[in-house]
Amino acid sequence: MKWIFELYRSPIAKKAVMALTGVILFGFVLSHMAGNLKVFQGPEKINAYAEGLRELGKPILGHGELLWILRVGLLAAVGLHMLSAWQLTKLNRKARPISYAKRTPQAATYASRTMRYGGVIILFFIVYHLLHLTVGNVHVDFKHGDVYHNLVTAFQNPLIAGFYILAVTSLGFHLYHGLWSLFQSLGWSGPRFNAFRRQFAIAFAAIVTVGFVSVPLAILSGFIGH
Amino acid sequence: MPLNAKIPSGPIEQKWDRHRFDLKLVNPANKRKFDIIMVGTGLAGGSAAATLAELGYNVKAFCFQDSPRRAHSIAAQGGINAAKNYQNDGDSIYRLFYDTVKGGDYRSREANVHRLAQVSVNIIDQCAAQGVPFAREYGGTLDNRSFGGAQVSRTFYARGQTGQQLLLGAYQALERQIGAGKVTMYPRTEMLDVVLIDGRARGIVTRDLITGEVSSHAADAVVLATGGYSNVFFLSTNAKNCNVTAIWRAHRRGAHFANPCFTQIHPTCIPVSGDYQSKLTLMSESLRNDGRIWVPKTKGDERPANQIPEAERDYYLERKYPSFGNLVPRDVASRNAKEVCDEGQGVGPSGLGVYLDFAEAIGRLGKEAISERYGNLFEMYEKITGEDPYEVPMRIYPALHYTMGGLWVDYNLMTSVEGLYAIGEANFSDHGANRLGASALMQGLADGYFVLPYTIGDYLSKHMDEKVTTDHPAFAATEAEVRDRTEKLLAIDGSRTVDSFHRELGKLMWDHCGMNRNDAGLRLALEKISALEEEFWRDVKVVGSSDTVNQSLEKAGRVADFFELAKLMCYDALERTESCGGHFREESQTPEGEALRNDEDFSYVSAWGYNPDGAPQLTKEDLEFEYVKLTQRSYK
Amino acid sequence: MKLTLNVWRQAGPDAEGRMQRYEAPDVSPEMSFLEMLDVVNQRLEENGEEPIVFDHDCREGICGACSLMIDGVAHGPQAATTACQLHMRHFKDGDEITIEPWRAAAFPVLKDLMVDRSAFDRIIQSGGYISINTGSAPDANEVLVPKVDADQAFEAAACIGCGACVAQCPNGAAQLFTSAKVSHLGLVPQGQPERDQRVVSMVAQMEAEAFGSCTNHRECEAVCPKEISIDFIARMNRDYLKARIMSRAK
Repeated sequence: MKWIFELYRSPIAKKAVMALTGVILFGFVLSHMAGNLKVFQGPEKINAYAEGLRELGKPILGHGELLWILRVGLLAAVGLHMLSAWQLTKLNRKARPISYAKRTPQAATYASRTMRYGGVIILFFIVYHLLHLTVGNVHVDFKHGDVYHNLVTAFQNPLIAGFYILAVTSLGFHLYHGLWSLFQSLGWSGPRFNAFRRQFAIAFAAIVTVGFVSVPLAILSGFIGH
Repeated sequence: MPLNAKIPSGPIEQKWDRHRFDLKLVNPANKRKFDIIMVGTGLAGGSAAATLAELGYNVKAFCFQDSPRRAHSIAAQGGINAAKNYQNDGDSIYRLFYDTVKGGDYRSREANVHRLAQVSVNIIDQCAAQGVPFAREYGGTLDNRSFGGAQVSRTFYARGQTGQQLLLGAYQALERQIGAGKVTMYPRTEMLDVVLIDGRARGIVTRDLITGEVSSHAADAVVLATGGYSNVFFLSTNAKNCNVTAIWRAHRRGAHFANPCFTQIHPTCIPVSGDYQSKLTLMSESLRNDGRIWVPKTKGDERPANQIPEAERDYYLERKYPSFGNLVPRDVASRNAKEVCDEGQGVGPSGLGVYLDFAEAIGRLGKEAISERYGNLFEMYEKITGEDPYEVPMRIYPALHYTMGGLWVDYNLMTSVEGLYAIGEANFSDHGANRLGASALMQGLADGYFVLPYTIGDYLSKHMDEKVTTDHPAFAATEAEVRDRTEKLLAIDGSRTVDSFHRELGKLMWDHCGMNRNDAGLRLALEKISALEEEFWRDVKVVGSSDTVNQSLEKAGRVADFFELAKLMCYDALERTESCGGHFREESQTPEGEALRNDEDFSYVSAWGYNPDGAPQLTKEDLEFEYVKLTQRSYK
Repeated sequence: MKLTLNVWRQAGPDAEGRMQRYEAPDVSPEMSFLEMLDVVNQRLEENGEEPIVFDHDCREGICGACSLMIDGVAHGPQAATTACQLHMRHFKDGDEITIEPWRAAAFPVLKDLMVDRSAFDRIIQSGGYISINTGSAPDANEVLVPKVDADQAFEAAACIGCGACVAQCPNGAAQLFTSAKVSHLGLVPQGQPERDQRVVSMVAQMEAEAFGSCTNHRECEAVCPKEISIDFIARMNRDYLKARIMSRAK
């Protein structure tokens, strides 16, 4: 296994790690977003879905066990994603010790230039989000097992909804660059394939963002309520 | 002192093979005992350094650029000739040999040229194996094109960047040897003198262009691969830093300089736009395949080209040379352009330009076809001039491009100084009075990959265990001379910049020793150059110091040598009262105004020896033509 | 035209540098950018001041020597153009132009606008070649190269090694340069025997120099005077990961 650690020393491998962990995290946000949409089907469906997540892996695994395994996996992915990002950022800062008096970006997008900041915003958001809607200790009226209630009471507060929308939008930007970038980092390119990479990134960044944003918007506008 | 060209005996086809057999070899285990200095790392120097290192010699390579990859060979566009006959169109080694001797207007050595044609085929093999991305057919074989008026398709090419790709091949081979520790590379280092001990070249003195440090390097042999001297004209297609210093310093130490007046002018360059102009840009002469050259019939016609009706245009090449038309050789096209401009028919702001018009070709073939053939050239033209050649005719004018002259070398590429070699454009050997298109790359690589590595061994094998080190007093003495000269240039502290002198020198040379030369003009030039040189040493202003990067100081040293070279070129042009190839003496022309050779009196190489006290001394190496029949060129 | 220049002046590798203002009062739109600097330098020299040092040579966009950051863009505002081929007609009368050297830890400044790019040579030394000694080549047509591969290899091989990619990259990364050579040689059959080892060695050398890493901003591609595509970076990443995971190359 030594070779893996040796390989990891290379920035190209670190980028590959970012890409692979990015794929895992993307898979997570996509399914999370899809699950969220159950809120439109009413309290029973979404609460049952939430409960169903704990049942995953049965009968081989016990109640909630697979979910915990997945959570640990996700946490590891987040950790590696962050570690690589942090190490690469350090390297990249060192590579240009004196900055330009004037620099005019030519191709870099807003999304690509804000990956680091977006990443940090998302990190803080995740912590808050877990405390808010998973653990519930920063929630005004948290009811264990009643996802629908927790969502609706939370997002009726425009400040909280606004913050969610903001965070999810920055996730969208992060995905817009990341979903394209991962193909580059993993060396997945080709003359026909390249147009698809960009479309894929736009489409899924948009789907994830719109999907996530739709819930607080629906609650805020009263489309969904008690 | 007579010069011995050491041409092997025997039938021409066998000379090189026999000679290779006769050359003494250095035992593989002994090769690492020899140090070879390579000055210049373009196609010739880079390929030679790499090959010598592969053989086992220790090589020290020097270039003034920051990397060997930037040598001016990189700018060659068209291609490289080789007698592969892949196109099955009747090419052969003998035909390439014949064409090259004829193209050189019968002023080159048959034996050298035949060897060049022989090894041309090996060059292509070597370069393809290095991964040079030559143009290919769909079946995967190499593509060829016909170039520079050749009647067979023998030119290999990589789009319009053949020089770049070949140089990168040689550069990569060189870097491989640097990585292997067999070549020590000294970039940003300029050679300022050769060190002779007992009449043999035993090292060089260099200046580090970053720190200004002057240092010595000893070796068993010294090879100069420092290119041509077109920049004596200030404006040329050569890179800005190309210079004559290395070979001129060698000349001053006793190496004969051969045929200095044989310079080549390229007809399709972008005209000068103003006094600030720093260099001229060449556009591939393939443009003449589809472009029609013309000027307005009326002198001083200031209408835009597109408003001049057909009847008022003079397609002078088509008119004067009905069978070759716009495809006449470089020198003929150049001279005619100058003539019409001298008569006041020139176009553009300076009046020094002629139109190269694609309107007819675009009409016939469509814009797309033209764009496919010349798209990159059109873009380059537009970048420089701001004019769109699809809409308005290009303007072109001849410019200095290549120098056939250079250090005299024998068949082994050794100069008249023992142990001092010259390869590539730096020597005079293969192109006679005129170089054919796509032959410069061929010669550079032939010398570097396949000739010098053999011939240098013969010399070295005779000088085993004769090491010198830089402790020898000759090094200290030469270093002192170099330092003195540098300090002298800095101390003048006059009022004129180096460039202003260089520009003036260039203008003198262009006017009197350029496309057309005559007795009175050359004599006048000699006087004026001497006066300007005297003023230079009295009034040049070189700012800064010698212990740091000082580009003015670098230029000053080079321009000082250009003055001396310029005079030699004029002497040579004055002495050769015939016209041949790129050398056109107005006194020697046919009734139709074409170049008239005088084989009776001038079938020789003019090898000039340096004379510190006055006029240079001429030694003639007679040329014998056993195989090629001498004929007068005609393109009517 | 009358221009104002803000130029980085630095006396030597270890000296402190600073921006210095110069007036360029009589600039013709037909001049190239370097000719404009020549004129400024000519005046400086006449006044006994040291001219601005910058690398340049062929002045026709192929040698790769010129290396100026012009108004925050490597080689200036015109796409697919080196500074030497950039002409002043792309500027307006009264413009203020900022001129800086390439900035990267791997490209230390030597003087003024001149930097040391020898890191690129060392990357090539580490494996940017095909190991074939002179004389041992087979007949050139014995190895067939599909035209599409030859064409693509050419596009990668068109790199002039100027370093604009590194200069423009927010991370000072040399991925475009390195990948161009890896791809050129990896695309032709002659380059296959060393393909795995080459990419591993060249990437290792690239990483040993003080270059940053690629974060896919595409800035390099945008300023590359030869328009070399970042597809080659993807290709290098693929070759590298494959070689490190699947082959014995080390």
